[in-house]
Amino acid sequence: MRVSLFVTCLADQLWPSAAVGAVDVLRRLGCAVEFDERQTCCGQPAFNTGYRPAARALARRLIEIFEASAADAIVSPSGSCTAMVHHYDQLFDDARWRERAQGVAERTHELSSFLVHQLGVEDVGASFSGRLTWHDACHGLRDLGIRDEPRRLLRHVQGAQLVELPPPGAETCCGFGGTFSVKYPEISVAMLDEKVDAIERAGVDAVVSGDASCLMQIAGRLSRRGSTVRALHLAEVLASRP
Amino acid sequence: MTFERDARTALADGQLRGALRQATTLFGERRRAALATVPDWEGARDRARAIKDETLEHLDRYLEEFAANAERAGACVHWARDAAAACDIIGGIAERRGARTVVKSKSMASEEIHLNAALARRGIEAVETDLGEYIVQLAGETPSHIVVPAIHKTKAQIAALFADKLGIAPSDDVATLAAAARDALRRRFAEADLGISGVNFAVAETGTILILENEGNARMTTSLPHTHVALMGIEKVIPRFADLDVFLQLLPRSGTGQVLTAYQSLITGTKRRAEDEGPEELHIVLLDNGRSRMLASRVTRQALACIRCGACLNACPVYRQIGGHAYGSVYPGPIGAVLSPQLFGLARSAALPYASSLCGACRDVCPVKIDIPALLLHLRAQVVAEGVAVGKGHLRERLAFWIYATVMVRPRLFAWLMRAVRSLRIMPPLGAWTKWRDLRPLAPRSFREQWRAGLGDQRGPDA
Repeated sequence: MRVSLFVTCLADQLWPSAAVGAVDVLRRLGCAVEFDERQTCCGQPAFNTGYRPAARALARRLIEIFEASAADAIVSPSGSCTAMVHHYDQLFDDARWRERAQGVAERTHELSSFLVHQLGVEDVGASFSGRLTWHDACHGLRDLGIRDEPRRLLRHVQGAQLVELPPPGAETCCGFGGTFSVKYPEISVAMLDEKVDAIERAGVDAVVSGDASCLMQIAGRLSRRGSTVRALHLAEVLASRP
Repeated sequence: MTFERDARTALADGQLRGALRQATTLFGERRRAALATVPDWEGARDRARAIKDETLEHLDRYLEEFAANAERAGACVHWARDAAAACDIIGGIAERRGARTVVKSKSMASEEIHLNAALARRGIEAVETDLGEYIVQLAGETPSHIVVPAIHKTKAQIAALFADKLGIAPSDDVATLAAAARDALRRRFAEADLGISGVNFAVAETGTILILENEGNARMTTSLPHTHVALMGIEKVIPRFADLDVFLQLLPRSGTGQVLTAYQSLITGTKRRAEDEGPEELHIVLLDNGRSRMLASRVTRQALACIRCGACLNACPVYRQIGGHAYGSVYPGPIGAVLSPQLFGLARSAALPYASSLCGACRDVCPVKIDIPALLLHLRAQVVAEGVAVGKGHLRERLAFWIYATVMVRPRLFAWLMRAVRSLRIMPPLGAWTKWRDLRPLAPRSFREQWRAGLGDQRGPDA
């Protein structure tokens, strides 16, 4: 299968090991991976802060870039940016652009969902020694309905033991929320501290998630609190070999 | 806008946060247990929303039908364009009755129009009879939750308040505290000249109003005094009596996690025979106060489907940290953040649409499937388009997004700029981040650089 990687600007610049891991796993499973270097940001920061014209311009670009690709699927190591592409049609009044947006959205998949539903794979042949817990990133969970997919993949990782987060639980927001994290940092960190407390109570070696944004938030606080728990992207764990 | 300051104050209040955590967790658990008793919860949500959508589509027609049927049953219906008009109508009724004291059961609409203060200006004392509202009134505060007004208070704080205001011996026994309130309130019921209530649902085809409650105080408010005034937002109307079925499945379960509230008062007009219960005079005040403006678009209209269950407040991780008062509006939490700017003006509440991480937990629990995140985004776009200033960083934010928009449509400029930032080790001015969190530095080599340097040439094992 031909896959075009939708890398996302955050993974590209801040968490490239997630994107490299995704490429590695996809190739291991027999996919031919392409990457179009014209892609930058999907426009989500602008859309979520209210800057619709900027978001629309970036949406048009990404739609054109992926329309030009003959790949069977567009795959991203981010639930949040995938969800943004799935929301693109809301940005347009013009019916033609809405249709084009929907066309690209239909081909765009978040990584774990792509592996489980499109490739029909749960065991990607990864090996990782340690106790892991999963943090559900909100947009993957609630906009895309991804809940079991990453857990199924992680349960098949050799040597890894997956435990659920104690209350407030895996599904509670980490407090990132894009510009929310700097507009209202105290609220953001109060939410984050509940998450980090739960991660520490879980007694894990690493917290794993599907979005570099949540991972930045969680890792930033773990390290500030002097914790030894690592924050890893799902693709990094899935790319680990013995 | 004081949201930022008030949120900070709330975060520093350990008692408040403890009370909030305990109560919202409990309501969340009870709600989940109660949902399990409905065989098709999703179907019920869809049916309820469809009924609300149909009603809002033809709101004028259903309101006229409701008013005609309520008047046929003996009620007097009043139309109030805004808060001042509603206060005048109710104040006028109270004065005509020569009322000195009025008893009130829970009504968020009355909080919205600041009715108690308006009555006080006419020399009329309004006594809240819902226990939570009574606590808040005794403390000289405002409700911090639309269903649980005193959710921000601990038992110990309430014990101290009652000892101070009611002169009882300090006690942290809930039954003792409730008995003290009941005792004080019974006397106020006996002397009241007028009863004021809210409305949960108003049935167009019969002219009936339905009030849900757990303490019996609304039953007394609407039946003991000679005159009953019911205040309702115009969005409370539903077409048919049979529609109540689905809403009664959804509201108590979503609100308090109850299968049904302890009391459901269905009131159709005034009492007809001397031995009947109910008021001799019934006034129903239909309040617009900005609601008809929201009808204009499909996106904004959906907030009028709200049945005020409060589930989104309990589920919201932001509300759970800061409580209701920080929102600076009678309607706090996620639904408040979309209602307040629309009802009371964007400029006054421009910070509220941003008081959310857009996690979507509110949308998941909403019994009528209001897409609150989409509404928050809609309002944020309006804030930016109208140039409303939010906080100090307003101009800096505009500049940042201008730069962002300029760079992100130019991939080569983007790649060059990021390389420059990386090699010159430029730290972005993100004190708001770094005060509490370590900032992840840019990776030594971006993905696109690694792709160019050979990653892109490698092939998968099967390719």
